[in-house]
Amino acid sequence: MFEKILIANRGEIALRIQRACREMGIKTVAVHSQADAEAKYVKLADESVCIGPAPSAQSYLNIPAIISAAEVTDAEAIHPGYGFLSENADFAERVEKSGFVFIGPRPETIRLMGDKVSAKNAMKKAGVPCVPGSEGGLPESVDEIKAIARAIGYPIIIKAAAGGGGRGMRVVHTEAALSNAVIITRNEAQAAFGNPTVYAEKYLENPRHIEFQVLADEHRNAIYLGERDCSTQRRHQKIIEEAPALGISPRLRDRMGTRCVDACKRIGYRGVGTFEFLFEKNEFYFIEMNTRLQVEHTITEAITGIDLVQAQIRVAAGEKLTLRQRDIVLKGHAIECRIAAEDPYKFTPSAGRITQYHAPGGPGIRVDSHVYHNYFVPPYYDSMIGKIIAYGDNRDQAIARMRIALSEMVIEGIKTNTPLHLDLLSDAAFLNGGTSIHYLEQKLANHNSNSG
Amino acid sequence: MDLRKLKKLIDLVEESGIAELEITEGEEKVRISRSTPSMQISAPPAVTYPPQPAPAAIASPPATVTPATAAGEILPQGHMVKSPMVGTFYRSSAPGSNVFVEVGQTVKEGDTLCIIEAMKLLNEIESDKSGVIKAVLVENGQPVEYGEPLFVIE
Repeated sequence: MFEKILIANRGEIALRIQRACREMGIKTVAVHSQADAEAKYVKLADESVCIGPAPSAQSYLNIPAIISAAEVTDAEAIHPGYGFLSENADFAERVEKSGFVFIGPRPETIRLMGDKVSAKNAMKKAGVPCVPGSEGGLPESVDEIKAIARAIGYPIIIKAAAGGGGRGMRVVHTEAALSNAVIITRNEAQAAFGNPTVYAEKYLENPRHIEFQVLADEHRNAIYLGERDCSTQRRHQKIIEEAPALGISPRLRDRMGTRCVDACKRIGYRGVGTFEFLFEKNEFYFIEMNTRLQVEHTITEAITGIDLVQAQIRVAAGEKLTLRQRDIVLKGHAIECRIAAEDPYKFTPSAGRITQYHAPGGPGIRVDSHVYHNYFVPPYYDSMIGKIIAYGDNRDQAIARMRIALSEMVIEGIKTNTPLHLDLLSDAAFLNGGTSIHYLEQKLANHNSNSG
Repeated sequence: MDLRKLKKLIDLVEESGIAELEITEGEEKVRISRSTPSMQISAPPAVTYPPQPAPAAIASPPATVTPATAAGEILPQGHMVKSPMVGTFYRSSAPGSNVFVEVGQTVKEGDTLCIIEAMKLLNEIESDKSGVIKAVLVENGQPVEYGEPLFVIE
């Protein structure tokens, strides 16, 4: 087992990783920008290294600085968390070439699944159903593109092959808008991801976003740990997630989960990963795979009792998976609310000092947050300052506990999206369950037109 | 000058409201001024207190805890050359060869002061100021982080 792990991330996930390491008796090295020198996990780490000024490009995305920090502290492994360099195959490769263990899949796997076109092809070969679409990147010829679009059937969505996570996408409803949409999306893709390749998919009208969690070791053992419903999104960013997903029968779950596990074995997957699907009319359609730990891993932990970060570390250390599929039993229901430092309805970010902080508690409540009383939320990074996870025997109890927890929580000095969460937790459609990925945006549009 | 004495001096400055206090005792000199919140004390990488905020500022600067010189003394005044990268600090270009600079040496802007090794690459760190080297704050072979003070130049 590792003696020392460098945590190449910040915020709540850095604290999460640190907690797993401390429980396993592993020393932690916290790297941080100058803006995060006062972070809780920095103070708690065995060693900390300032790797750059506040801007991410010069700190958390600064590969030489991070690897250098691992060298000077004699760390053995690097945990990339989520976001930042976690799905950067070049980073994974350089980490390994420098003699450290990258806690995640092999660089080749990250590369394979990072290109959304090759990922889809790999999944098709593995028998995982995909959203109907172009067989690869779109060609140059407008006539060919039109033919492809007609074959798929409007509405379609144009996506950047090197994109993902909701970025670099555009919906096209009519042939008249097609050519322009492709050009603009190509330009955006080139600018944002350095790769102008785009592909087309059928745009599903009212799907839910349901994803499957997998865990695989280096010895070709793999299991799935149930699914999560992450349909409550705004601009492709998840706001509330829950596990398990309503209305998925054990048989359907097992069929999809097994397909994902087979795909893992086929591509030689290692570590934790998530297969994301759109679910409509009782059919699953693969959209992409995330080759890293996810923000919402917490709700899977709640209903399975498995510590996914520790499992990740064990697999990275070469341990064989002792868990068998039959050991994974889903119990109860869990909901996570992502708490963001932003205006609840305008979504403008709200950095600054937290002048009053009181965390919720009680049965079934888990708080994953790095903030503390008087903590200064820096303006340079993602606005998420923490997650509240509520667990119950069933969905109703989880929702009730979350409402109570959010009503107890105090965060003053900055704005947070807590009012939006409370709004959703008393929304009739949300309470009924099974709302699509468009629901929140429709609700917000109504809210704005009513109050405008 | 031991830490207890130093702490008493710091308390004195804080309580009395004087702007600046300078004491010379033989070879040692301490200057404590109220305007800068950073204090030069040697500290292990353990708990540091949160910085006092400038009321309206969104980007509050971090409190820098700067290490003392190798001899454990308090830092002299002057311009601090800080490390631009994470790595290992070396005073000479190779083991056994002469150090780039010594205390008391005059340097020009652009002169090489030291090497910082990062990922098997040796990076020459150049001075961003002309003047006299007043202190070398890091020991040969010591790891340094971004922004860590290396030299004091006056």
